[in-house]
Amino acid sequence: MTDLTDSATRAVGTSTVRVEGREKVTGAARYAADVPFEGLAHGWLVLATVARGRVSSIGVDPVLAMPGVIGVIHHGNAPRLNPKAGMFGIPDGTLQLLQDDRVPHFGRPVALVVAETLEQARAGADALVVTYEEEPHDTAFSADHPGAYTPVSAPVSAKGDVDAEIAASPVVVDQRYSTPEEHHGSMEPHASMARWENGRLEVVDSNQGSFMVSTILSALFHLDEGVVRVRAEHVGGGFGSKGVGAQLILAVMAATTFDRPVRVTLTRHQVFTVTGMRPATRQRIRLGADSTGRLRAIDHESVNQTSTIYEYVERNGEVTHALYAADAIRISTSVVPVDLPTPTWMRAPGCAPGSFAVESAMDELAEATGIDPVELRLRNEPQVGPLSGLPFSSRNLVGCLQEGARRFGWADRDPRPGVRRDGRWLVGTGMAAGIYGAGSVPSTAAVTAEADGGYTVAIGAADIGTGARTALTLVAAEALNVPPSAVRMKIADSDLGSAWFAGGSRGTSSWSWAVTAAAEDLRDKLVGIDRIPPEGITGRGDTAAQIAALAQQERHAHGAQFAEVAVDPLTGEVRVRRMLGIFAAGRIVNPLTTRSQLVGGMVMGLSMALHEEGLRDAAFGGQVNGDFAGYHVAAHADVPDIEADWVDDYDPSHPSGIKGVGEVAIVGTAAAVANAVWHATGVRHRTLPISLSRVLTSQA
Amino acid sequence: MKEFGYNRASGVRDAVALLAHEPEARFLGGGTNLVDLMKAGVETPDLLVDVRGLPLGRVELRSDGALTIGATVTNSDLAAHPEVRRRFPALAEAVLAGASGQLRNVATVGGNLLQRTRCGYFTDTSFPCNKRVPGSGCPAITGEHHNHAILGASDHCVATNPSDMGVALAAFDAVISFETVDGPGELALSEFYPPVGDTPHVETSLPAGALITAVTLPAAPVAARSRYRKVRERASYAFATGSIAAAVDVEGGVVRDVRIAFGAVASRPWRAHEAERALIGAPATAQAFGAAADAELAAAKPLAHNGYKVPLLRNLVVSVLTELTEEAAR
Repeated sequence: MTDLTDSATRAVGTSTVRVEGREKVTGAARYAADVPFEGLAHGWLVLATVARGRVSSIGVDPVLAMPGVIGVIHHGNAPRLNPKAGMFGIPDGTLQLLQDDRVPHFGRPVALVVAETLEQARAGADALVVTYEEEPHDTAFSADHPGAYTPVSAPVSAKGDVDAEIAASPVVVDQRYSTPEEHHGSMEPHASMARWENGRLEVVDSNQGSFMVSTILSALFHLDEGVVRVRAEHVGGGFGSKGVGAQLILAVMAATTFDRPVRVTLTRHQVFTVTGMRPATRQRIRLGADSTGRLRAIDHESVNQTSTIYEYVERNGEVTHALYAADAIRISTSVVPVDLPTPTWMRAPGCAPGSFAVESAMDELAEATGIDPVELRLRNEPQVGPLSGLPFSSRNLVGCLQEGARRFGWADRDPRPGVRRDGRWLVGTGMAAGIYGAGSVPSTAAVTAEADGGYTVAIGAADIGTGARTALTLVAAEALNVPPSAVRMKIADSDLGSAWFAGGSRGTSSWSWAVTAAAEDLRDKLVGIDRIPPEGITGRGDTAAQIAALAQQERHAHGAQFAEVAVDPLTGEVRVRRMLGIFAAGRIVNPLTTRSQLVGGMVMGLSMALHEEGLRDAAFGGQVNGDFAGYHVAAHADVPDIEADWVDDYDPSHPSGIKGVGEVAIVGTAAAVANAVWHATGVRHRTLPISLSRVLTSQA
Repeated sequence: MKEFGYNRASGVRDAVALLAHEPEARFLGGGTNLVDLMKAGVETPDLLVDVRGLPLGRVELRSDGALTIGATVTNSDLAAHPEVRRRFPALAEAVLAGASGQLRNVATVGGNLLQRTRCGYFTDTSFPCNKRVPGSGCPAITGEHHNHAILGASDHCVATNPSDMGVALAAFDAVISFETVDGPGELALSEFYPPVGDTPHVETSLPAGALITAVTLPAAPVAARSRYRKVRERASYAFATGSIAAAVDVEGGVVRDVRIAFGAVASRPWRAHEAERALIGAPATAQAFGAAADAELAAAKPLAHNGYKVPLLRNLVVSVLTELTEEAAR
């Protein structure tokens, strides 16, 4: 075996290609829809085509007579589900599929057709005639909607007297900002296979956390703990959309009903329709400042759409909690239930749309006070959590701002808007800051010293394309003091025990802590052992107690982003010419994949600024651009020169100094681009995306 | 996708004969639009007749200076052809502005002319659409129509033709040759796309079962200095929100000849005859270009959310004609 006391390896911090990279680029890696099963049947979703009402009939018989059709599951015959099931024990109405005849929104699954082949299932689904008793519907989300209310889970959070401070402020910015529905658009469409095997429900899924999915699935189907096994070996992106999917619930229903392995795979259009989206938001920001730019008050009001079956709160004020110091801060959040699909987490939930509003307003404050936008932010840097008063675990937003400004060449910037031309293009630069919460969530892990000298790490982590498997390999190698090649990773299997999911930028930090703890346990167990037995020796880690014992602190990753844009005033076209993001996000485990995630977040933020908008038909409630021809994300040509890098930010409250990098890079990006558009044209864009029609009509 | 038959045509006569026996058949060129629509359930042919092997893959310069482009010439080959680039640069630019490299490598000229609208209501069978299901209604008129027609639309349909290539062809008076079981025929591009009226599902004037065999561009010296400018929401791989193909011949500061066509504003590539008429003999100035654009766009009937196209097209006319005029003066 490899000697644990060898000289320290330098695995963490060394750029390392993905350990499964070869499998992925050669096509050997199997995703959920690729795994073959004996006797596999296929299910195809049938989606509601009305915005509200009841299913009055389902023409099952003709479909049952079609070639290969095994059966049709609908509200009249579907297994009964536990209405209390949901994440964190919160009942989730989106999971209650086919439980009654209600249609709460367009696109709600109303049936599943199961057949021997995918084509037969689809043909059956296309042929299934569903009639509805339609009811009047309301899909018109707005800030002043009479149905708006403050959720119990999102009470007003405040300190000081915001109104008095604003009244006393010599400079006030008071503006409203809008963001549209945005979609995750993972490359891999959602897919799930379920089968009963030896008394266990076995699931091969595309998800962000197999343990979490197994727990909810057990509750939903009234199954005992340990009955359900969920695996998701490879996942092609999630961005928040891959929890317990409709395709999974229906696959389990079908596998249970027909006693067959059943796979349900979504088309791209179905992904847009049934897997949730970032909700549209309306925000009002009021900033009060003295003439030196020091903030006296920040008032952040936010409202988002939700559905009638689940109260989804987009916590836009999250970013305001800890971005800037101010004498008074107030964060208020409300929701409007409408007859539309339920929104869900999407990369940097809350902070992405919230930062667009706050960081646009800060640019407006810079304009109003005549203070440079970078300098304005430096002047309002907090020493403790602005609302909580708690100390920061580590904070280096200042480093991001200064290093970013230096590398971008910000010092030479002429602050005047609308004065730089390059041919027919107006050119401008803009910047914004961002933070996203960091921390760790209790997880378990096991590390086994094998008789062959290698080490097997087992943890219910998920690698949704981020490189988590590789990052944990490096962390384990460091903890064991062995080369990464000696480490084998087993992840994405609920049987590996309780672990946090790939969400909230807390995957790597949570899992690496558990892996480190298991490695320490193993080292203790190996003391005095000369020979590893054939079954190996296993150390175990459970971070619950250590995390519970952590001091209360403000934990965040930070970033400063800079953008240069060109705007054609004759056509309204906006093109980003270059972007730079500098981040402070704890100790960086794998620079190669970290840079990839950061650049990816910035590109997604660029898309949010200029392209992404889910368009709905008000009369039907359906999405009119539910594919990548209609729903634009940045193409390669839209991203000419983009760079991400970081400054030191070791987090002493984590055993390895780690925070997370999955989300911070989309926080502030849209504002940086919007602020650059203002600098180019002199026109503020407070509604996303900054489409050419908006640019063209705003200057006309 | 509905099951369908597949047949590879061995010759032009064979192709039209195969189709004549099967009313729900379609010719298959590059398949870049047709196959997508089949997957979406919008097109449900019983039979595909593959015409890619037919001897229609050449671009030929005729002795009178006209250019004949075979129907199965790929978009990539068309854009790269030296005579196209020399005589009709706007056509090459238009083709290169469309789709992606991969799509252009397989998409054909004939198929490009026949591609369907990208209206989101048309491509999603869960919505009504008069073009897809005649008489079912047009939700776009009161719904999402940011990128719909401002010219020549009707109360039955406001969809636009998505082709870039077609805009350049419209500017240069292209003539479409076709073959039917009764023999060959020709249609000017101006006749090829009928008015929308109350029959938006009738998208071409081709006789039933006709196979496009070629597109001919008559000699047009003015086209040697021509340009295609495409405005779109992202830098590549997006349909136009407005586009222009234009050519201008100026002598002594006066417009002698001019060609203007618009894309993404109507159910067909829109030849701007009013603007051209206003410009012949007029001074080649930005003011005159603007007035000509206004003359054309006087007929525009924007909907609630696509009014931006009117100033957009006006700006394009002024900008591109000014650019061409300045280049000629150099």
